Amino acid sequence: MLSRTADHLYWMARYTERAENTARMLDVAVQTSMLPQSAQDTEQAWRAILGISELQDAFDARYAALDERNVIAFMVGDPANPSSIVSCLTAARENARAVRGVLTTEVWETQNATWIELRDRLRLGLDGIDPGEFFDWVKHRCHLARGVTLGTMLDDEALVFIRLGTFLERADNTARLLDVKYHEAGAAATHDVLTQREFYYWAALLRSVAGFEIYRKVYRDSVTPARVAELLMLRADMPRSLLACMEQVLANLKAVRNGVSAGTERLAGKMHADLQFARIEDVLAAGMDATLGRFMENIYALGNGISRDFLVPLGD
Amino acid sequence: MKDFFNEMTVGDAGAVREHYRAFDAWLQRQPLERIERKRAEADLTFRRVGITFAVYGDGAGTERLIPFDTIPRIIPAHEWAALQAGLVQRVQALNMFVHDIYHEQNIVRAGIIPAQQIYQNAQYRPEMQGISVASDIYAHIAGVDIVRAGKGEFYVLEDNLRVPSGVSYMLEDRKMMMRLFPELFARHRIAPVEHYPDMLLENLRSVAPTGVLDPTVVVMTPGMYNSAYFEHAFLAQQMGVELVEGKDLFVDANAVYMRTIRGPRRVDVIYRRLDDDFLDPLAFRADSTLGVPGLLSVYRAGRVTLANAIGTGVADDKSIYPYVPDMIRFYLAQEPLLNNVPTWQCRRPEDLAYTLDHLDQLVVKEVHGAGGYGMLIGPASTRAQIEDFRRRLVARPDGYIAQPTLALSACPTYVDSGIAPRHIDLRPFVLSGKTVSMVPGGLTRVALQEGSLVVNSSQGGGTKDTWILEE
Repeated sequence: MLSRTADHLYWMARYTERAENTARMLDVAVQTSMLPQSAQDTEQAWRAILGISELQDAFDARYAALDERNVIAFMVGDPANPSSIVSCLTAARENARAVRGVLTTEVWETQNATWIELRDRLRLGLDGIDPGEFFDWVKHRCHLARGVTLGTMLDDEALVFIRLGTFLERADNTARLLDVKYHEAGAAATHDVLTQREFYYWAALLRSVAGFEIYRKVYRDSVTPARVAELLMLRADMPRSLLACMEQVLANLKAVRNGVSAGTERLAGKMHADLQFARIEDVLAAGMDATLGRFMENIYALGNGISRDFLVPLGD
Repeated sequence: MKDFFNEMTVGDAGAVREHYRAFDAWLQRQPLERIERKRAEADLTFRRVGITFAVYGDGAGTERLIPFDTIPRIIPAHEWAALQAGLVQRVQALNMFVHDIYHEQNIVRAGIIPAQQIYQNAQYRPEMQGISVASDIYAHIAGVDIVRAGKGEFYVLEDNLRVPSGVSYMLEDRKMMMRLFPELFARHRIAPVEHYPDMLLENLRSVAPTGVLDPTVVVMTPGMYNSAYFEHAFLAQQMGVELVEGKDLFVDANAVYMRTIRGPRRVDVIYRRLDDDFLDPLAFRADSTLGVPGLLSVYRAGRVTLANAIGTGVADDKSIYPYVPDMIRFYLAQEPLLNNVPTWQCRRPEDLAYTLDHLDQLVVKEVHGAGGYGMLIGPASTRAQIEDFRRRLVARPDGYIAQPTLALSACPTYVDSGIAPRHIDLRPFVLSGKTVSMVPGGLTRVALQEGSLVVNSSQGGGTKDTWILEE
């Protein structure tokens, strides 16, 4: 397979996953904002949303007030924001179009139909959309994109690069979310008996990664920050956890191993092993900031490694 | 333009031609709403599938649908047989002409074509002089534009020997018709066209460099913002070969490679869908970022095949067009089976004088023009437009040719006011390799504006499915 083809497939998947994660995050934020809270807390919460994607400066340069309306405008429909849902879904479709011949007709048509409907939905601007319904639609379209990929594509290298993109992006998103939320909670993250407000805080975090119901099933116990961290980092059976994502990244990297990819594979293997054999007590003792910071640096290095080894090689 | 050949009916009473009778009987029973509904369904499908073309100069990344008309253009078997024989003959002669031009130039020595018509032609590529190409074939894919005029005679309007496009619409239109009106295919014996990609792949493999037993074929595109990108992706997918851009290829040790996730892989045949000028920045346009540095030298060494070959434009130029019948006589010792449109070459003083005297009746075309741009259709132009064109013509007469305004045939077409005749042409695709082959059919383009003779998709033309009936 052409390196450029692999590159487009990988980014198609990354952008699709990023659109879904943005929708999840905003959905939960909108729901949380309906709870009684001070104006200061509300603003703090929206600032945290921007912090997850490191977009505070870009936002401040374009909008005066930090409120729900502006954050949603920026994160949903602003083409100047490369992480907005409209930018992600457009980029996913552009990447798909560049390799439409490699995709099955159904995968391509799903990406194209999403883009066509997105433009229809946003034609009247943000006033025309109902945020909750819109975020459900984005999630649904991303589920569909993944499902039609697994349901119709040959299990070959093309699928491997799609999956690499999906899981690398998902690992990055989960890590960023945890990092910001732990940071925001500060000292509150260290005790186990939650106030009502703190309960809603951690429950919202779980919901944004579709983890609330899973949490109940796994722990059958009250919500504590330590268990939330364990679930989202160390549980191999939680589909959005760091460990589950790294398992997939490692397996898919092995499947396309080439003459220059050993270093990248070793890094992925080390990240995987670190999570696999970690205990949450030790992680908390070492500090979440440090652990997640290192993980995100490694994810970044891994992305660079995949690009260098497979996607934009210096062939000549 | 009242007096034209109607593909479906004869005379004022509108008697239906034999080969349209079964279709007409079916059409009479269809409520207009059904046709309208089916048309909307076709639009929706084309949009979802992304069968679009990019429009230049209309904002970056604008994609448009080519209007699809649900009424087919039908050609009976015997007419097709005659057309096919004429096309094979013509493309054979054209390939021999290109070979001759880049070798002995016997046709120039014989005094049939003036030497300056070759050397002053911007499409002549001195780099090709004396170079051998596989099977001596240059135009592996030719898209010959055919029109019907007068009482129904076929004329060749243009030989497109560089990078002719449109074949994907021929295939998609057929797929769409079968999806919308399956019952029609049970009523007619319509010759299939769906095997075109297989024939194309076979043809491309047959012209691989000598000694390559299992050639790697690729389709080369200028990229996804090119107007014909859909077709490039479509053909690569249908043939099961890689769709590459220039940046995916590189030259090393006198061979062409593509960059893959497993390292470099040798490429033997490049079905390139970009013009000569952009192929190799070292040899042609230095500012081209679409090409592959060093490609020409590998090509000249015979270690990669380009389809079509470099330099075929010397044969499909409008200034060479008038000589094609003589080429057929010269190379094949046969009489041409297809008509050429009578052509005045404005570089000749007497032809220029005639043209200037009859501008309101003639079609005047730029010698190097394409896509329906830069031409004058006298009868459809205002006084001012004609005078404006006259000044351009007098300033540079050798840049133009003139032809009579042909009364193009018309085919019933679904338009806003119902079903009405609209002018059409036909582009069959002729494949040349070890043999010359083609699928029965081609792309029928239709000028959707009433009275318009311009069928180009860039200027509001649409397409129709083309049926060759089997006997």
